[in-house]
Amino acid sequence: MTEEHLLKLHFPANPDRLCLVRALVKRAAGIAGCNSDLAEKLVIAVNEACMNVIQHAYKGDYSGEIVLEILNNDNRLLFRVEDYAAPIDLECVKPRDLDDIRPGGLGTYFIQEIMDECTMGHLEDGVGNYLEMIKIIK
Amino acid sequence: MKINTREEGGYAIIELIGEVDLSCSPAARKQILACLKANRSLLVDLKAVTYIDSSGVASLVEGYQTAKKLNLKFGLIGVSDSAMSVLRLARLDKVFPIHANVKERLREDG
Repeated sequence: MTEEHLLKLHFPANPDRLCLVRALVKRAAGIAGCNSDLAEKLVIAVNEACMNVIQHAYKGDYSGEIVLEILNNDNRLLFRVEDYAAPIDLECVKPRDLDDIRPGGLGTYFIQEIMDECTMGHLEDGVGNYLEMIKIIK
Repeated sequence: MKINTREEGGYAIIELIGEVDLSCSPAARKQILACLKANRSLLVDLKAVTYIDSSGVASLVEGYQTAKKLNLKFGLIGVSDSAMSVLRLARLDKVFPIHANVKERLREDG
């Protein structure tokens, strides 16, 4: 099994930085062999994951830090998003029913639709959260 | 993101240009709601949207629901491929009235 580290990025939890993150994720997905349709879908999922951190983990505190890592393990792409905010209630992170048409709540649904596997948890030292998203490239 | 506004066929038109993400969707939301609260039927033009995230989509949903409550007309026009793929993902492409342009919408309004 070959593991390729495509990207490790530390950035402030500031919505203004999301455009940079999207550009890098798109390029990294291209390097990993994704076609442009898939790359755009992966950009949507990672953007939503970072937005969730900004809005729900750091609750708008732009001084917080987000770490994004992308690894390619034999065409199994791993996206890991880590924050150092207070641990969130994992039970509250659920995709909403799309028949319930209302503003908000779509981000988690987008992530689950686009990715093949998602795992969330708290960092071991008790401060911070992670989300691991896996996409298998066919 | 840039926002242009104009009037056409009895509608206020809000044109969103560029990337509509969390950094600017509050401005889009504010403009959409202000227009509806001024009792104007509204079309949001998405032809120049190169990216829209769930916060941008939420602004459109809020506009749609506010217009319904106020008994005003609301819709999307010229939706770009990029915006349409996100609306499809959210299964909102069958919820919003979507037309190619103002003329097509006016034809349907009769």
